[in-house]
Amino acid sequence: MSAISADGLMAVERQVAPRSVRRWYRQPALAFGVVLLGLIVIAAVLGPLLSPYNPITQNLGQTLLGPSAHHLVGTDQLGRDTFTRLLYGLRNDLRIAFLAVVSPFCIGVVLGSISGYFGGWVDAVIMRLVDIVVAFPFYVLVIALVFVLGPGQRSIYIAITLVGWVSYARIIRSEILVAKRQDYVLAAQSGGLSAVRIMARHLLPNVVSQAIIYGMSDIVQDILAIVALGYFGLGIPPPTPDLGSMINDGQNFMTTHWQLTTFPGLVVVLVGLSLSLIGDGLADIIRPGQA
Amino acid sequence: MTIGGAGALSGAGTGGTVLEVRDLRVRIAARHGTVRAVDGVSLEVARGEAVGLVGESGSGKSMTLRAIIGVLPPEAKVTSGQVLLDGVDLVPLSNSDLNRIRGPKISMIFQEPMSALNPVMRVGYQIAEGPRVHLGYSKAQAAERALELMRRVGIPDPERRFRAYPHEFSGGMRQRVMIAIALSCEPEIILCDEPTTALDVTIQDQILRLLASLCRESGVSLIFVTHDLPVVAQLCQRVAVMYGGELVERGHVHDVLLDPRHPYTLGLVRSAPDVEYVRESLVPIPGSPPSLVSPPSGCRFHPRCAFVEQDCRVQPTPLRELPGGRYTACLHYERCEEALADRIRP
Amino acid sequence: MTEPLLSVSDMAVSFTVGSRLAASIKHEQRLLRAVDGVDLDLAKGEALALVGESGSGKSTFALALAGLRPADRGQIKFDGRVLPSRRSSADQQRIQMVFQDPYSSLNPRLTVGGMLRELIRVHHIVPQGQADSYCKELLRLVGLDGEAMRAYPRQFSGGQRQRVAIARALVLKPDVLVADEPVSALDVSVQATILNLLADLRAELGLTLLLISHNLAVVRHLCDRVAVMYLGRIVEVAPTEQLFADPRHPYTKGLLAAIPRLTADPVREADEGPAVVGDPPSALRIPVGCRFRTRCPIAQQRCEFDDPLLTAAPGSPAHRAACHFAFEGAIDAPPAGQRAAVPGKGD
Repeated sequence: MSAISADGLMAVERQVAPRSVRRWYRQPALAFGVVLLGLIVIAAVLGPLLSPYNPITQNLGQTLLGPSAHHLVGTDQLGRDTFTRLLYGLRNDLRIAFLAVVSPFCIGVVLGSISGYFGGWVDAVIMRLVDIVVAFPFYVLVIALVFVLGPGQRSIYIAITLVGWVSYARIIRSEILVAKRQDYVLAAQSGGLSAVRIMARHLLPNVVSQAIIYGMSDIVQDILAIVALGYFGLGIPPPTPDLGSMINDGQNFMTTHWQLTTFPGLVVVLVGLSLSLIGDGLADIIRPGQA
Repeated sequence: MTIGGAGALSGAGTGGTVLEVRDLRVRIAARHGTVRAVDGVSLEVARGEAVGLVGESGSGKSMTLRAIIGVLPPEAKVTSGQVLLDGVDLVPLSNSDLNRIRGPKISMIFQEPMSALNPVMRVGYQIAEGPRVHLGYSKAQAAERALELMRRVGIPDPERRFRAYPHEFSGGMRQRVMIAIALSCEPEIILCDEPTTALDVTIQDQILRLLASLCRESGVSLIFVTHDLPVVAQLCQRVAVMYGGELVERGHVHDVLLDPRHPYTLGLVRSAPDVEYVRESLVPIPGSPPSLVSPPSGCRFHPRCAFVEQDCRVQPTPLRELPGGRYTACLHYERCEEALADRIRP
Repeated sequence: MTEPLLSVSDMAVSFTVGSRLAASIKHEQRLLRAVDGVDLDLAKGEALALVGESGSGKSTFALALAGLRPADRGQIKFDGRVLPSRRSSADQQRIQMVFQDPYSSLNPRLTVGGMLRELIRVHHIVPQGQADSYCKELLRLVGLDGEAMRAYPRQFSGGQRQRVAIARALVLKPDVLVADEPVSALDVSVQATILNLLADLRAELGLTLLLISHNLAVVRHLCDRVAVMYLGRIVEVAPTEQLFADPRHPYTKGLLAAIPRLTADPVREADEGPAVVGDPPSALRIPVGCRFRTRCPIAQQRCEFDDPLLTAAPGSPAHRAACHFAFEGAIDAPPAGQRAAVPGKGD
């Protein structure tokens, strides 16, 4: 493991690469998830380039056409190309879902750290807040909030933030409760480092991985929430394409043009699948890789 | 590998070899290669004798015990060698056959009693379980036996403590419970995997004396694994020293520990602070333990040995017998005698 | 007599345990008195050992001394000046600690260099430009290569990690180093390297050392004075050789007798009972009177209500014991032949 250099001092073993990075592509589930998500993201990003059609313009002379060379998945009831709408809908939903995870993540991580590190009445207050939010089912609360705030992107962000932060807070809090007992935290305190510095620089990097992994599944949950909101008509207002409203609209044509409702659903499933695989794969890697 | 070792009995006990291990090898399949965890270990234990097995972490001592009783982790396998308990080889036996032997003939105690005891089962029932399963005792008979065992191992107020749970006991008491369980079916030999390492000194003293009295009075044999040399001196008659998966020295305790014939044993003795002798300075063993995947050629200790010579790097080093019933793997063991001068006696 | 560098008076640290309801049902005291009135002095440049088994309170005492745990009671004087309960940064730096577990005492996410540089930066130990050379010098002092700066803790063995931990403790140029069982988690052959390192550092830097240990052999090798703790109190304190040659408190005698020895003879010792019988009482229910009386071979009626104070031996003020019968016989200095030659003591 170590070599003794000529004057008796110990030399340090040089590692080839950190274990976690070196092996991710060897895990089939994780690799598959990453590839799938990569394809999805590329499709979403390149959306406008992949299709000449406009997703919003109605073309009432071309309604409800089946799949063809011109329209890969046919058209919907207002003559819009379904494939184009899939791409744009994916784009919108992904963007909103990713962004919608950021605020709850930040708020939850900060509050969870404070709660876990300081304990006492601060902890008690924050945890009671958590209890209140957790008492309601996620979707119910989100839908109710959007209903109150009025449909639209801004409301979706606000609603998801207000409801979603609690999971991150709990995860980080319990990780910190354990981690702060480690001797290296005592050593940092002994070194006269401030609490903020210890939380930010010493504790968080060691515990945030759990929150990130949860974030993966949270993105899935948010996409579904947006889909659900769209289904109830509380999502992104038409005519902006949105997978949820597409599923809802396409329901009426299930028997004749099933592709209008199932393809958006399939896209949602694939996104969810890729994110889940990545989340699980990360969890496997990060746990054994941590010293 | 032993030359002239098989069949030679030594020391205490009322005669007869209870356990004989012959050239045992254990391999573990790991991602970075095959780990040669135990690489040719041979020893014998006579009836009523306590034999120590010492080494540092990674020496293979715990793996040896587990291989003997057959509780190796799934990645580990005994690739060759024999374990003869009363003449019967345990290695090829199936798990169900082994289960009939574990308890009545051979049992094991561990370092951490909290994880070795069932936390949700009352202590008395755990002690009584063995006799019920293996000896066919009725519930009442087994309970009586459990109480008797609890008294024997020094648990005060056994009637009340019978119904207690493990977490209600102190560390030393839990260790006594584990010893009671190990004794419950009157085995011939008990394997001890560092049972006192996690205990306070005064409690360790109590447990060691308990084990010694058990050997004397019931004639049960012990193999006692530890990294702590004086503990071996306190309890055992003979000792075997392991390094890098191999045995490097074997013999009577006072010979091996006070007058070692292998540089590693010598290094262990000289690097450990001793409450009886105060040396000018401790002499650490330079370097670090060998890789068990690709161990050094020749003698495994040679990269760290102060007396290394050319043949040590290439020649194999099996255990060889020396006069007085001791064995060493060192090709130049006389160097050890010369090096013992710096100890200051009080 | 010169003023001791550190002087602790009547320190007490306790924890509340469990729920109020359960405690009132079981009529059990909820207070776990880990440290229950400890007076201790540490002279400049001295190596003092604090010895005890689990539950003695030695680690808690060490944490309170290093300012990492608040004490309920008691005063700590540093260089004659009383330390406030909230220490200033400067005071905090003067007492640094090395912990027992090398695997949890280093932040796995920081390189060695990162750890050291952070402390240097926050406390302005040396000007920014000199930080790197200062770190390298520190690492050399603890026997590590400059290459170690870029490495993460997981790349080191247990012994090397302890060296890093010692370097980290020394970065802030402390006056006192508190080492809490620094070698207990290491292999025997590695323990020697760390013990030698501590001895060398003492000599080279003039460090004052408080060594917490349960291993009396380690202590004898390294320290000038030994204090023995039992259930939150110091029961005996004496210069090292005197403690080993002539222990006065029954617990110390039992502790010394219980230590396994290489020269033990199982046959000869077969009929002796254990050095100390029974289990230590819970710190939640410390016995009234002398706390050791439940396991003491010479306990008398007096011990049930009269809690002995730490009193000095007549004619030998450096040797103190908390037992009514400690000094019935005269105190003898260890005979000349028994004095071990340990370098650096200079007495």
